[in-house]
Amino acid sequence: MADIASTLPAENTLGQGLSRGRLALIFVAVAVVMTIARYLGVLPEALFRLPESMIPPFAIWLDAIFNFIKDDLGLIAVTRWLTEGLQWLLDVTANLLFGKRRWPNIGPIPWTAIAAVAGVIGYYLGGWRMALLGAGTFMWTALIGQWKIAMETMSVLVVAAPLAFVIGITLGILAWKKPWVDRALKPILSVLQTLPFFTYLLPAVIFFKVGPTAGAVATTIYAIPPMILMTTLGLQKVSPEVVEAGNMSGCTKWQLLRHVYIPSARTEILVGVNQVIMLCLAMVVLTAFIGMPGLGAKLLAMMGSFKLGRSFEIGVTIVLLAVMLDRMSKAWVVKQPEHFEKGTPWWKRHAMLLIGVGLFVFFVILSRFVPEAQELGRKQNFSQGKEIDTLIKAFLNIDAVKATTGFLRAFLNVQVLIPFRNFLLSIPTPALILLVTAFALWLGGRKQAILAALFFSLVALSGWWDRSVITLYSVLSAVALAALIGLPIAILAARSDKWSKRVLLVCDTAQTFPSFVYLIPAIMLFGITDIAVIFSILIFAMVPLVRYTIEGLRTVPSEMTEAADMSGATRMQKLFSVQLPLALPVMAVGFNQAIMFAFFMVIIAAFIGTQDLGQELQRTLAGTDMGKNFVLGICVSLMALTFDMTLLKWANDQKKALGLE
Amino acid sequence: MTADTVISCKNVWKVFGNNPEAYLKQMPKGHSFDEIRADGYIAGVKDVSIEVTRGEMLVIMGLSGSGKSTLVRCFSRLHDITGGTIEVEGQDIMSLSERELIELRRNKMGMVFQSFGLLPHRTVLDNVAFPLEMRGQDKHERRARALEVIKLVGLEGREEYFPRELSGGQQQRVGIARSLAIEPDIWFLDEPFSALDPLIRREMQDEFLRLQELLGKTIVFITHDFDEALRLADRIAIMKDGAVEQCDTPDQIVLNPATEYVRKFTEEIDKARVVHAGVLADASLKGSGAAVDAGASVQDLARLLVQDKRKIIPVEAGGKLVGGMERAGALEVLLGSD
Repeated sequence: MADIASTLPAENTLGQGLSRGRLALIFVAVAVVMTIARYLGVLPEALFRLPESMIPPFAIWLDAIFNFIKDDLGLIAVTRWLTEGLQWLLDVTANLLFGKRRWPNIGPIPWTAIAAVAGVIGYYLGGWRMALLGAGTFMWTALIGQWKIAMETMSVLVVAAPLAFVIGITLGILAWKKPWVDRALKPILSVLQTLPFFTYLLPAVIFFKVGPTAGAVATTIYAIPPMILMTTLGLQKVSPEVVEAGNMSGCTKWQLLRHVYIPSARTEILVGVNQVIMLCLAMVVLTAFIGMPGLGAKLLAMMGSFKLGRSFEIGVTIVLLAVMLDRMSKAWVVKQPEHFEKGTPWWKRHAMLLIGVGLFVFFVILSRFVPEAQELGRKQNFSQGKEIDTLIKAFLNIDAVKATTGFLRAFLNVQVLIPFRNFLLSIPTPALILLVTAFALWLGGRKQAILAALFFSLVALSGWWDRSVITLYSVLSAVALAALIGLPIAILAARSDKWSKRVLLVCDTAQTFPSFVYLIPAIMLFGITDIAVIFSILIFAMVPLVRYTIEGLRTVPSEMTEAADMSGATRMQKLFSVQLPLALPVMAVGFNQAIMFAFFMVIIAAFIGTQDLGQELQRTLAGTDMGKNFVLGICVSLMALTFDMTLLKWANDQKKALGLE
Repeated sequence: MTADTVISCKNVWKVFGNNPEAYLKQMPKGHSFDEIRADGYIAGVKDVSIEVTRGEMLVIMGLSGSGKSTLVRCFSRLHDITGGTIEVEGQDIMSLSERELIELRRNKMGMVFQSFGLLPHRTVLDNVAFPLEMRGQDKHERRARALEVIKLVGLEGREEYFPRELSGGQQQRVGIARSLAIEPDIWFLDEPFSALDPLIRREMQDEFLRLQELLGKTIVFITHDFDEALRLADRIAIMKDGAVEQCDTPDQIVLNPATEYVRKFTEEIDKARVVHAGVLADASLKGSGAAVDAGASVQDLARLLVQDKRKIIPVEAGGKLVGGMERAGALEVLLGSD
């Protein structure tokens, strides 16, 4: 980090003539003095940790506010009313997809029909390979015996994703039209994006009943922000001439929006749709924590009872679904309309639609006569859960593997992680706040520093300081380890076109996996331990880190590397003096994302058993303790926001200073 | 203003910045472009008065940033002006309600854009039919009309193509077809050929002249290319820093530049190609012998001017004598006066 700071543009000076770096250094010095004083036992207890008596009862206040809104203002009546409508929709999809006995009572749609339609859609969007992916995913799901739970998940997804799309695009248009909406939404969106998902879940449960409705609501809310952002972005990018052409064609305002703006922003809007779908899938799996049945719940149960084989199979299903949905929606983004030759008959123009409908009808009829085409029974599937289980356990029992994981576990725990954690915990609260402030001041600026101090002070005031510090410790150590492993990989990969492409493809694919899936290998390798938590965060956070590093290095303008070559730089000199400095702003964005991902994952990992905020958060889910839930969630959000604004500010400053924008 | 004036603008200002109306009110008279900029405002159009008569082609030209695009957008009220008045067919367009403005555009105005402004998700046919669709014409009628204009611009057989499947020249033909679909009285073209490469540009100019001969619209044409302006214009308005420096026929601009800027602008031009015998003819002179046509350029008459021994050559237009042209003066134009 010291290296980064030294490349800062001309030091901004503060009012008193103190440079930013100087002031930050003073903060650090004060923090060090305080910590030493603590070690020497001369620091008064009140300066080490805020005394209990000084912690305001935020949770109780918040509860009072919530109750006021919920009961006295009657919000609960509104949401219960909404629940009815949502419940009705979910019942329809549930009936169609897995035959829940509700109106319209025509389901379930046979798996063969769904797989066939997925294949046709895949072919339409991306040719044979996509068709194979579409049909294959559903065939795997059916054959492995997970059709019903997968459809339980899908039945929520197909309601939540369109809902998030409609709300997102509407708010996006409003934010684009009315600057005040934009101003009001911006801070809410950034908090929403850093709020741990457990914080979405409890209000959803309280306002929308346990089960699919709450799951759908939490999922929808979680997926809205990127849709808003992409819509606004797309509309702003529409070329002014196209708009003028619309105006000169005599468009009314509505016609302009409907026929000119929205179609011209198609690409961005569809990218938004892709993100909505992926976030919905990630979230709908997580709603297992509030008792939503489906793939997530099954995975949770299997992992809880350490059935690795079945966990693995469910993991594969989730990953396949994710990859399929991602690839198809991305293919849709780039799909451009092609013209038909004049005089093409009607049936040829709509060939794909006809084939799709035809196959669907065919399989529906077929399943009347062939029960296997309708549903695979319990004994008919090809699940190899037990066998895989034995295989994995046997593999883990090989001495070499056991020794490696055992060593890693022992070494990391005893030598690195626990000392680091204890060290962080031993720093007096004000000293840590000062350190964070110094960090924000150094990299960001005065505004960032003030906000950082404010945010962390609020965390201290929340009364959950120790748990917050443990959360921070998990995040920092996982990201540090991820950087240690990821950066060399990325730097090596960036050296050749071929490897960059391959590694980027892996990262792109890995990024579509719902976060929950990352727990599977962690638990497999390290069991239910602290290391598994760190490991799952580590691999989750490594993805953006590697990706942005490669992108940063690859986008260094070629004339600069050529200039370095012609100056006779060795490869190392070129890397350290030219490529890395120029790639740093982009890499910082990667670091930032890695930290955000880590904050997200650390909360999920609470499921393995941690002592951080996530654990407490998860506990609140069992009750109706909304105040506490919110306080905990905000603690996570505030810490994440501090990093977010500081790193992004630095990256932007640096980009400007280097003239990369 | 005569009955044949289609667009008439008087002291039109378009100022960009915070609260430009208030600024313009208190601004001292005769403030220059740079002085206005020092105050934090940009004068996009600066005190312009100009008239466009029916059936004429007015070419507005100037360097980029001179305000020509802004001026034409004021004519169609894509920009609201800050001061002055613009009347289109006798109607003050700033007084129009949104509904009336939309009606005006739907029935009277067509516009062609530099980078085409085509809707990427619509076929050629649907792009051309777009203005008709907006005004609610029924499907068959608009299809028939769209096919008609597509044929007119020579894109028959490409109706089903999407814009990105066409070359730049073809895309601009779609833009032209779209602007003509509603049969506008007034046709605005904002650097329509600037984004095309030189060969295609020439071809499109020919095409454009053919269309104009056929349709006889009132045209406001923007360009930064002087050659293009000379080829097409009835009158040329040269703009600089938002103001019109001179607005006159090509001959007059070349022969009598009003300002130093215009003189510099026209310096490189081969005057012999621009100046016509009719302009050089003096009604008080007669001359003798065979007459030359008023529409012939000095360049066309080069051989005759050099070989002829007469002092004064008679000039006729449509078979009627309009005056005499001094051979020495014409030779001066041909050989350059300095």
